[in-house]
Amino acid sequence: MTQKQRKQIGSLAFYIGNTIIALIFVSPLIWMISASLKPEAEIFKGLNSISTFIPKAASLANYQEVFSRINMWKFIFNSLFYVMVIIVLDLFVNSLCGYALAKFEFKGKNALLTLVISLMVFPAEAIMLPMYREMADLGWINTWASLIVPFVAKCFSIYMFRQFFLDIPNDLLEAAKIDGCGPIKTFFRVVVPISGTVYATILILDFVAHWNDFMWPLLVVTGEEKRTVQLAIQTFFGSKPINYGPIMASLTISAIPMLLMFVFLQKYYVEGIASTGIKG
Amino acid sequence: MQVSVNKISERKAAYLFIIPAVVLLAAFLLYPALQTVRYAFTDYNIMRPDRIKFCGLNNFIELFQDKDFWIAVKNTLHFTVLVVPFQTVLALALALLISSRRKGVSIFRAAYFSPQVTSMVVVAILWTVLYNSNPSSGLLNALLVNLGMEPCGFLNDPKTAMNSIIFMSAWQGAGYQMMIFLAGLQGIPKDQYEAASIDGAGKIKSFLYVTLPGLKNVISYVIMITVIQAMKLFTQPYVMTKGGPQNATRTLVYYVYEQGFQKRNFGYACAVAAVFFVIVISLSVGMKKIIKAD
Repeated sequence: MTQKQRKQIGSLAFYIGNTIIALIFVSPLIWMISASLKPEAEIFKGLNSISTFIPKAASLANYQEVFSRINMWKFIFNSLFYVMVIIVLDLFVNSLCGYALAKFEFKGKNALLTLVISLMVFPAEAIMLPMYREMADLGWINTWASLIVPFVAKCFSIYMFRQFFLDIPNDLLEAAKIDGCGPIKTFFRVVVPISGTVYATILILDFVAHWNDFMWPLLVVTGEEKRTVQLAIQTFFGSKPINYGPIMASLTISAIPMLLMFVFLQKYYVEGIASTGIKG
Repeated sequence: MQVSVNKISERKAAYLFIIPAVVLLAAFLLYPALQTVRYAFTDYNIMRPDRIKFCGLNNFIELFQDKDFWIAVKNTLHFTVLVVPFQTVLALALALLISSRRKGVSIFRAAYFSPQVTSMVVVAILWTVLYNSNPSSGLLNALLVNLGMEPCGFLNDPKTAMNSIIFMSAWQGAGYQMMIFLAGLQGIPKDQYEAASIDGAGKIKSFLYVTLPGLKNVISYVIMITVIQAMKLFTQPYVMTKGGPQNATRTLVYYVYEQGFQKRNFGYACAVAAVFFVIVISLSVGMKKIIKAD
């Protein structure tokens, strides 16, 4: 066997092996989408044959039923809105703090840095009860504020920003200073424009974390007005009539925004995950 | 003169830059953390917020005699001890499957990552349906029957409920760790593999003597974040089993939620939360020490 033949066999094994494993791996998701396109009576027919993964006569009736039974658009909007506001504020507040920790000298800097690093692994679940009480005292239960404000400052984001800003050459900042830029102007005019990568990375990591958040909205959102997508599908799953076609359709709909985000920002997401692993 | 003016304004700028983050962290992280400790020593009931009494160590004494608490500890450890190795090995295997630079590899990468892009609530609802114990309405039992096996109770059977959640969670989460491993694999110098193959090492040997040592730090990091993540288990039991059957999937965080928000024993729930916090922090500090010692 020649070298070339051996390589071709290796390639073939790679593609066939990965195709089979990938299909098995995503089969639950394929079944979900397939079931969402089937009439109710067909979903559990022939579960023991491979045809359960392929809808015979695909229709969007289940999707129509979801939108007619619950206000899915509103829940998607709610989730998108509060997550976007968190992201914008997170990027602003934490990049400022990260920059100060990377490039400024001030009293208490080391103490703050130590605090930030040690609070990075803080489990939010441990403080949710007094946090809930705090929201109630502030009159924030069932308002945007309770969904947004507690999650703006994040030690993890501050740390990521600091690590990135540390690598910005001081010469560049000196040059800006000589040109007459104060620290604030330097940050917004010189530093931010060359730091797109770290902003994009935090953006996507934040989006995924908050879009998926379930426990906190479950506690502070009490009505339909501020209901998030995750709460909506969980409620829909338990509300009668329990038809599995519409349930699968609601799951598929709620996965679409994340999917789009992933498609467009995949590069930054992958880099973000990887860099947390390497630097961490 | 010019320099000193700049220095002063830089210090002012520094405080201006950190103030928003510091105020928010103090208000929504440190303050509630201190309150957790404070409430843990009281008999705070959410229905009677005006009558909070300090009760010393009562909550903690009660806690250590509370069978349900120990079941929650046991369940949380059961989940963590099994899901961490399972998910880590699965993630490493997937990363190795697609570590070569071939065309189309990104399609496979996206496929293995796709459960991660679908949220945990979605996945939990989907698998509740797939795990249906009746072979005529549960896909997995239909498969078992097809393979000539007995149908399994999955989420309905206290013996298998937690393991069913573990299997699903590893499937959902492995894609994330796979991405970290992929980055780690790229960091291993190529010439180490070449040297190994000149020495006559086969695939298995070069995995054992080049890949694994090269990934040591990454593996420790992955194990650490997976352990911390696992200790916080809540969404899956909330959506899939409500802590049942027979308490088989009631975890520590679930117990905090149940005591605090359903039974309204705020003080007691804070004591559980404080113990949970101590466990998580000691685990992460302990693991960091082990990693650094190496």
